[in-house]
Amino acid sequence: MTDTVSDPATPALELSRVVKSFGPVVALRSGSLTLQKGSIHALIGENGAGKSTLVKIVAGLYRRDAGDFRLEGDPVDFHSTAQSKAAGIAVIYQEPTLFPDLSVTENIFMGRQPTGRLGRIDRKAMRQEATEIFERLGVRIDPDRLTEGLSIADQQIIEIAKAISLDARVLIMDEPTAALSGVEVERLFAVARQLRDEGRALVFISHRFDEVFELCDTVTVMRDGSYIDTMPIAETSVDDLVRLMVGRDVTEMFPKLEAEIGDDVLVVEGLNQKGVFKNISFSVRSGEIVGLAGLVGAGRSEVVRAIFGVDPYESGTVKVNGKVLPKDNPRAAMAEGVALVPEDRRKQGQVLDQSVALNITMAIRNRLAKAGLIWSSIENEAAAIWASRLEVKTAALDAEGGTLSGGNQQKVVLAKWLASNPKVLIIDEPTRGIDVGTKAEVHRLISKLAQEGLAILMISSELPEVLGMADRVLVMRAGEITGEFDRSEATPEAVMFAATAEEDVA
Amino acid sequence: MTSTSWGAAEQKSPFASLTHIIKARETGIAIALIAVIVAATAVNPSFLFSNDGFRDLLLTPSLLMVTAVGVGVVIITRNVDLSVGSTVGLTAYMTGRMFIDFPGIQPVFVFLAGIALGGLLGLINGALVAFGKVPALVITLGTMYIYRGINVAWAGSDRINASDMPASFRELGTQEILRIPVLTIIAVVVLVIAAWYLKNLRSGRELYAIGSDPDAAHLYGLKVTRNVLAAFIVCGALAGMAGVLYAARYGTVSSNAGYGWELQAIGAAVIGGVAISGGVGTVWGAAIGAYLLLTINRALPIIGIQDFWQRAVVGILIIGAIVLDRVLAVRQHQRLVESREGAK
Repeated sequence: MTDTVSDPATPALELSRVVKSFGPVVALRSGSLTLQKGSIHALIGENGAGKSTLVKIVAGLYRRDAGDFRLEGDPVDFHSTAQSKAAGIAVIYQEPTLFPDLSVTENIFMGRQPTGRLGRIDRKAMRQEATEIFERLGVRIDPDRLTEGLSIADQQIIEIAKAISLDARVLIMDEPTAALSGVEVERLFAVARQLRDEGRALVFISHRFDEVFELCDTVTVMRDGSYIDTMPIAETSVDDLVRLMVGRDVTEMFPKLEAEIGDDVLVVEGLNQKGVFKNISFSVRSGEIVGLAGLVGAGRSEVVRAIFGVDPYESGTVKVNGKVLPKDNPRAAMAEGVALVPEDRRKQGQVLDQSVALNITMAIRNRLAKAGLIWSSIENEAAAIWASRLEVKTAALDAEGGTLSGGNQQKVVLAKWLASNPKVLIIDEPTRGIDVGTKAEVHRLISKLAQEGLAILMISSELPEVLGMADRVLVMRAGEITGEFDRSEATPEAVMFAATAEEDVA
Repeated sequence: MTSTSWGAAEQKSPFASLTHIIKARETGIAIALIAVIVAATAVNPSFLFSNDGFRDLLLTPSLLMVTAVGVGVVIITRNVDLSVGSTVGLTAYMTGRMFIDFPGIQPVFVFLAGIALGGLLGLINGALVAFGKVPALVITLGTMYIYRGINVAWAGSDRINASDMPASFRELGTQEILRIPVLTIIAVVVLVIAAWYLKNLRSGRELYAIGSDPDAAHLYGLKVTRNVLAAFIVCGALAGMAGVLYAARYGTVSSNAGYGWELQAIGAAVIGGVAISGGVGTVWGAAIGAYLLLTINRALPIIGIQDFWQRAVVGILIIGAIVLDRVLAVRQHQRLVESREGAK
């Protein structure tokens, strides 16, 4: 066993056919990854392809259900993050997780500070080492300052410093460049190359192909929770990678119904919010489903929240049927017939510990009230209509919302808004965390609503969903609309390019 | 005030640590304490200069100080312990009972038993919070009533009197060394040990980390459950110790001993700069906060403020401390962001 450790040809880390499911939802069908020492390995795939699940298994946050996991040739099985850390694995998440109230140095060494007599922390040695690491990385960060207020880039450098002080053999970076400026990306890459040259194995997860080609030497593609292919970066191209990422038949799953498309209902003109989104203009017509595609963090949720009036915007107008909606006023938006089904339905969409009936009738309680009181018979009557129309599977209308399955919870949230008889329905990630069967039901429902003349704006990070459902696809990248495609022109490749490409910004 | 200063002196200006002391939150509270003492003494010189006055000044807050140090440790981990007042009452009563039921027992055993009972009660709190994943506010609100209930059931209308306890034990409450009450010395020793532990040991720093961001602490692989459990045990043990000292100091113990101390202890910690959201503050601050709280209570009648207003002043102090924290936090955040911009 000890022989393999010193052998540079032994992969630093090897995962093969790793499986992980959460209840009925399979997050990782068959994940495989082989990391060589002294290499930077790109891991790419659409949102939901299983990259994050794979990383969390390596980090010891999740335990795999099946499959093989080897480190330096030896089988391992982590029960906790502490174990994976002790084995020399460091993970840098997209949003660094540091302690804001503690100093930079303490953040680097927390839990394994150098100690002297009586177990007393040797502050001088600790500070010295932190300074040395920063010098080696060629960055200027005051080791004594609190981490509060540091930029994301600096926080990532601290995470890297942490990994170095651990002498991590494997360093995984999950979309580290998403929030960085050009200069900061260059600095990060320089550090990454230095670590590679020291013989460490690095994983770089990114949606930006230019960065993948600039930095990495090997690439692994994942799709739908499965390993697809691994190849040297020199032997592939952006076209090939995009094809591998999206390659599947997308149309059959989505029963798109023919709908009569009418006049503009929702018109958004020149919406701006500094640092969040810029110059957003589009319209949605009655009977039309407009898909809003893009990567996580492109600003899509912020735009729809601004339209609905829960998030601010600096300039621009939102019109519904020709009437301008006031800013920051969700009540006014609701009064004009706008409904928003939010992304995180557990937090924003429904009251989990209240009855299904109450949840469904929540948005129309004023209308149901008689003499200022809401009778439970009226509430149940109204709720029953919608529950049956949407085929909500619940034991009883007075069951608590939180006891339903994810798909049925989503239907309850939909029912709540449909009961208010909206003209514009905005849905943020309608099928996130829902199993495949229920997904199709939700899709059919959305399609049916469009047929009934609703104007629907649907945010989705799942490409097949957008392409299968939408009459028109808008693509956002970094706060701007970078592409608009009719159903006939919207190919996976075209949308993916608009969502990721650094150039051609409209 | 927690960790920013260390190491700073070796590279920066030689006055860095001095500046730090001047800027520290604890210093502000200490100055407020001195101002209160000076004002009260100016009106009535016996507040400080009479034998009794000097003694009371040091002695009265000592027990609350021990309790506040324990509660401070728990608050640093972003938890809270509302049951300490009941723990003080229960251990104080047990102290008296032991002297009655086991005549001739060595005070040192009673002392250890009180600490052990407090630690056990703290362990129950900690286990429910750490394993049950229920907010500490709710758990300790429950145990606050339960512990007090046990105390009432046990004591009934019974009361421990000074004559029930041996003189050697009661002397603990009255003895002085170099004019400093022994109880105060014990309290300060506890404070120094707790402060040293929080500042210098890994597990002490981990308490700050857990309070600063529990999710990050989990990702770091820190033993969150164990550390939170330990914090509650320490808090309970210190409250137990305060209970034993209560019996020694006051001689009489009824079933409502320590009533309301939990709020005073939390108030002391907050006034002393321990952030209720965890991760920030020191037990030094909590201890000085305890002194300020009780000294103000004694000083207000002397300065001529009506009884009626005295509680309101405590409230104003707590709200003032929180507002001050907020203002300082916003300013610090701006300063930290600016220093980052400046470094580029």
